[in-house]
Amino acid sequence: MSKNVILHDMTLRDGMHPKRHQITLTQMSDIAQGLDDAGVPLIEVTHGDGLGGASVNYGFPAHSDEEYLSTVVPLMKQAKVSALLLPGIGTVDHLKMAHDIGVSTIRVATHCTEADVAEQHISLGRKLGMDTVGFLMMSHMNEPKGLAEQAKLMESYGANCIYVTDSAGHLLPNSVVDRLRAVRDVLAPDTELGFHGHHNLGMGVANSVAAIQAGADRIDAAAAGLGAGAGNTPLEVLVAVLDLMNVDTGVDVFKIQDVAEDLVVPIMDFPIRVDRDALTLGYAGVYGSFLLFAKRAEQKYGVPAREILVEMGRRGMIGGQEDMIEDTALSLLRQKQST
Amino acid sequence: MAQKIKTAIIGPGNIGTDLLAKLMRSPLLEPVWMVGVDPESDGLKRAAKLGIKTTAQGVDGLLPFVKEDDIKIVFDATSAYVHKENADKLTPLGVLMIDLTPAAIGPFCVPPANLKEQLGRGVNNVNMVTCGGQATIPMVYAVSRIQPVEYAEIVATVSSRSAGPGTRKNIDEFTRTTANAVEQVGGARQGKAIIILNPAEPPLIMRDTVHCLTEGEADQEKITASIHSMITDVQKYVPGYRLVNGPVFDGNRVSVYLEVEGLGDYLPKYSGNLDIMTAAAARTAEMFAEQLQAIATA
Repeated sequence: MSKNVILHDMTLRDGMHPKRHQITLTQMSDIAQGLDDAGVPLIEVTHGDGLGGASVNYGFPAHSDEEYLSTVVPLMKQAKVSALLLPGIGTVDHLKMAHDIGVSTIRVATHCTEADVAEQHISLGRKLGMDTVGFLMMSHMNEPKGLAEQAKLMESYGANCIYVTDSAGHLLPNSVVDRLRAVRDVLAPDTELGFHGHHNLGMGVANSVAAIQAGADRIDAAAAGLGAGAGNTPLEVLVAVLDLMNVDTGVDVFKIQDVAEDLVVPIMDFPIRVDRDALTLGYAGVYGSFLLFAKRAEQKYGVPAREILVEMGRRGMIGGQEDMIEDTALSLLRQKQST
Repeated sequence: MAQKIKTAIIGPGNIGTDLLAKLMRSPLLEPVWMVGVDPESDGLKRAAKLGIKTTAQGVDGLLPFVKEDDIKIVFDATSAYVHKENADKLTPLGVLMIDLTPAAIGPFCVPPANLKEQLGRGVNNVNMVTCGGQATIPMVYAVSRIQPVEYAEIVATVSSRSAGPGTRKNIDEFTRTTANAVEQVGGARQGKAIIILNPAEPPLIMRDTVHCLTEGEADQEKITASIHSMITDVQKYVPGYRLVNGPVFDGNRVSVYLEVEGLGDYLPKYSGNLDIMTAAAARTAEMFAEQLQAIATA
């Protein structure tokens, strides 16, 4: 299989979740420079919940998006920097700020059925001449046909690349392929297609390979998997696998291992692995960044994180509803006390 | 008994039609006109069936009848852009405009927080903020009237079905307007607003979370009492306004978890977000109507 794939690094954005948004400017500079030197073409730098994510609800970061971005952007020799934006949390003002700092790619993320809230942000990104990506989160919650309709909407607003995003790490290779093919079928030939995976069912690499075989042009991954839940697709593993498959990524197999091992693993607050709670996210199809909030609620209220996560899934909670974790824990606690 | 105050509604969409149902029950207000732009619209037909005068000529169709029908209060449930035009034409005729769009020409009004203050100021235009603002600002105010609030953040989650194309096309307007009103009316030094559209079926009832960071450790006893009393105040005009969990105290953080179920007048009960807007607008108009009646009988 000979094909070019753009690998998009998530360590400094999705990786903000397991770091509770506390990555220091030095850590961020070191890792970004390591990724740049290893040949990673695109690096995302934002609060874990995107521009403007600084909040009680998602966590206040060690530094503002502006500080992180203006630290990283000037250091890059070949890599470009992207930012994430979730309409409803961030606004076009944040987008303009990122653009002014030199961010070249804006990724506008919505739940997989709500693409039409992204119109103003996608069209502005395009108007500013940015590489503009539509990012359909929790893609397992929409059927391939429905997902294709949402992708088409984002394309009509001006997105030049559409992502199928497996925020819960719930998809399996065949369901990745079905979704990507359905989306590919409706998009213009020059609109790119991407896949963002999580490793909650241990499928990060397998799903990414399936996505490439189904026509994906871009794949998200994080060094040492640093990301929400059981992490993102581990970048260094994916690079090695793609190298064996003769897929050209431009990323050095050994240098990226060193970034993961020497720079990223040492900053982890805990091992990023498929523990029972992360596995529950994948199994029940629950938003990845709920994990640490549920663990904290377990500590505070004594309600098992797994129970909270399953209940969140049952109630149809989607990305961004971190506020409902404490609420759910309190309601479950009341039920337990009354029985 | 004093005569009812005559009113008109511009915009026969979901909000306008739901508002009409509330005005028809009001002991103080009488809906006389429903104003639209499309003679075939369901909203206009529905209003006509209820015996309301209708025009499909927009605000220009209403202007000649403002004096004749003694219209004192006009509700605008159109869009921010159209509201400006409507206000420019109606305000010189001496009517009070209650603006349910994000235009915010006039001061923000959240009834249990600052309506009384607006009444004494002789304003001719008040803005009803946003659905999320109506649901959450009373709670921010309930905290800030006890203790200074350095920062307040609200998270409004509405069912996808109850978020119309206007909201979706300009979602930033929601976050900006709500955050501003959290500061100006809620009394927080800094405000932030987040909105989430949840597509679950059957649709979820509106949920609202309010996080306040107080200056210094929160006074649990006084804040709890203030919040409970404010819940009762809001329930007077939105009976489905409920405290689900909290207040949770964690150092200087106070978190309140709310649910807003609508009355189901025209819109389904899950769309408490729309109900609280129309109920707050009707409530505001009633308070102004009482004032107008008092002047008339004085």
